[in-house]
Amino acid sequence: MRNPQLNANGELTHLLSTDGLPRAVINHILDTASSFLEVSDREVKKVPLLRGKSVFNVFFENSTRTRTTFEIAAKRLSADVINLDVTRSSTAKGETLLDTVDNLVAMHADMFVVRHAASGAPHLIADHLRRLGRNDVHVVNAGDGRHAHPTQGLLDMYTIRHYKKDFANLAVAIVGDILHSRVARSDIHALIALGAAEVRAVGPQTLLPAAIEKMGVRVCHDLGEGIRDCDVVIMLRLQNERMNGALLPSAREYFRCYGLTPMALALAKPDAIVMHPGPMNRGVEIDSDVADGPQAVILPQVTFGIAVRMAVMGILAGN
Amino acid sequence: MTRQHLHIHNARLIDPGQGLDACLDLFLADGQVAAIGQPPAGFSAERRIDATGLIVCPGLVDLSARLGGIEPELRAAVAGGVTSLACPPDTKPPLDEPGLVERLVRRSETLGLARVYPIGALTQELAGQKLAEMNTLSRAGCIAFSQAKHPIVNTQLLLRAMQYAATFDYAVRLRPQDDFLAGDGVAHDGEVASRLGLTGIPVSAETVAIATALQLACEAGVRLHLSRLSSGAGVALIRAARRGGMQVTCDIAIHHLHLSEMDIGYFDSYARFDPPLRSTSDRDALRAAAREGLAAVCSDHTPVDADGKQLPFAEALPGASALELLLPLTLRWAAEEELPLAVALARITSDPAAILGIEAGSLSVGSPADVCVFDPGERWRITPEALRSQGKNSPFLDHEVSGRVRMTLVGGRIVFEA
Repeated sequence: MRNPQLNANGELTHLLSTDGLPRAVINHILDTASSFLEVSDREVKKVPLLRGKSVFNVFFENSTRTRTTFEIAAKRLSADVINLDVTRSSTAKGETLLDTVDNLVAMHADMFVVRHAASGAPHLIADHLRRLGRNDVHVVNAGDGRHAHPTQGLLDMYTIRHYKKDFANLAVAIVGDILHSRVARSDIHALIALGAAEVRAVGPQTLLPAAIEKMGVRVCHDLGEGIRDCDVVIMLRLQNERMNGALLPSAREYFRCYGLTPMALALAKPDAIVMHPGPMNRGVEIDSDVADGPQAVILPQVTFGIAVRMAVMGILAGN
Repeated sequence: MTRQHLHIHNARLIDPGQGLDACLDLFLADGQVAAIGQPPAGFSAERRIDATGLIVCPGLVDLSARLGGIEPELRAAVAGGVTSLACPPDTKPPLDEPGLVERLVRRSETLGLARVYPIGALTQELAGQKLAEMNTLSRAGCIAFSQAKHPIVNTQLLLRAMQYAATFDYAVRLRPQDDFLAGDGVAHDGEVASRLGLTGIPVSAETVAIATALQLACEAGVRLHLSRLSSGAGVALIRAARRGGMQVTCDIAIHHLHLSEMDIGYFDSYARFDPPLRSTSDRDALRAAAREGLAAVCSDHTPVDADGKQLPFAEALPGASALELLLPLTLRWAAEEELPLAVALARITSDPAAILGIEAGSLSVGSPADVCVFDPGERWRITPEALRSQGKNSPFLDHEVSGRVRMTLVGGRIVFEA
């Protein structure tokens, strides 16, 4: 079974997941992002790579932040950006996902940036486009259910590479609600593809998916064991609805066991960096002293995110 | 299509119930098997059927086939060699009213294709709240009672339902799945679901429900049949119960003998099943259970229209069209396991007939002349166009299989001929 995001030449036609992305493809995206980073520092923050192309942000699930970063990235590439808040329009009238896609294709969309609550929705769209023979229309997954958030995974890799240069000797701890996290899955696949020495999944058993070790990670239930001597700590957001007692007794106890405090962080290597996909729950998964401390690289992640999304869109449009 | 005197000759005749696998002629008269080997005295055939190179076996008996539109699905059944099928009660509306059951029976009798055996609802509207009128439904034609895929959450009510069914010696069929443990899961709680970010259904959802059903069935003294097992741990519980002397029976859907969670690939909604496809070691355990005769095999035929599958995996409807694939996929399993054909065919003929308690699945003299004649060597590709069912959804599309039905007889009448 060919990875549905690569064409017959092994080039990226959609970005659906970091799962199965070859190391060379990831490095190409990161290298391209690096060259786009300085565009954002220019007085005229634009390159004409996507001039005349229409990028549709199709968000079946609300996310102003993610949508905005894609919008900025597309506009810096000179694309025409159309934002569709589908949660409030077509699906409410009973239109199916693929009906919506057909309509947008008829409006000559060149690229879809898709956010959907159901895992696999962007795959379904990509498969539909393939059956329509529309290899010229590209899909970027902006987050599907618990499955994947590949641009977040890639911007995390960009951040790690920026601060740590090489992945070969890195120990990376991913801490928190891995069960519901598309970011964690995207990070794990990308880290393993890039050859990270060790990836640790840290959290209580109720927040870890079954057989997670098959993805190549070491499971740690103890925060201290999980972050000891690691180079990178990736904290995950704990959604409010997970704290209602069914998966965790309380936010207070969660913070006591898994919250990243300066004391806990002291177990990591002295030059370890702390990342978070945002938005943060201060005092739930991360202490403010850490979030605002010298090891946090949470805001650079956001800056790199624009460049990475520009790179992904630029590469897709060229393939 | 009258009931002719038929003579099928030159066939390889396999009748698992009698342990027969030999070149023998089959003589059918007055809707029954008149003789095997030599013609009965005074037999004169109105039609002689040359079955050189073909296998003649009892018509297949399917423990679970959902009928959307009745006629196309029953045409699919006979095209697949299925002559008797049990229809689960989760029709729309569910089979909890005698009038609905009578209408289904009458409609299928009028069509004169495969015989339909309705399974009645165990509780009203399958809601798991109030017992259905089992005695009345039985008189209308129901041969057993079940909840289809709607579990009875209240264990006290489940016990009462079993006790009431046992009063009249009705069999109870349950699809074992604990509602709480299954939650809103859509795939086996394992490697693939975790990777794809799909909500998992743990094996314990099945084993907890099996353990509960076994305990309650013992207490009620009811005949229990567990449908569509999906896990190795599940069949192990049933094996242990049988060794302990319990009369419990079970079945496995044919796709579970061939597929595992790996077949979901990149969110293939055709591989969405209820219960879910589980790990490869579960699949191997299911194959072993079918091999040893612990479980019968059914099609679990569930026609789903294209719209029901063109959705993200978790939103897609579960199930596959399988009436026409039951025979070739059983043959594939037999070939892979190097099983004698008589053993493999028992799982889809005599075994399910015994579970349902119906006169079917046998070619012994005096049995109904329900016969399947197939070419075991004919290869064909499974395509939507090749399926007569309205459901074109199958994870086996584009697979090449061996075994094609040439003729199907129900009560001595030829109901399908290719």
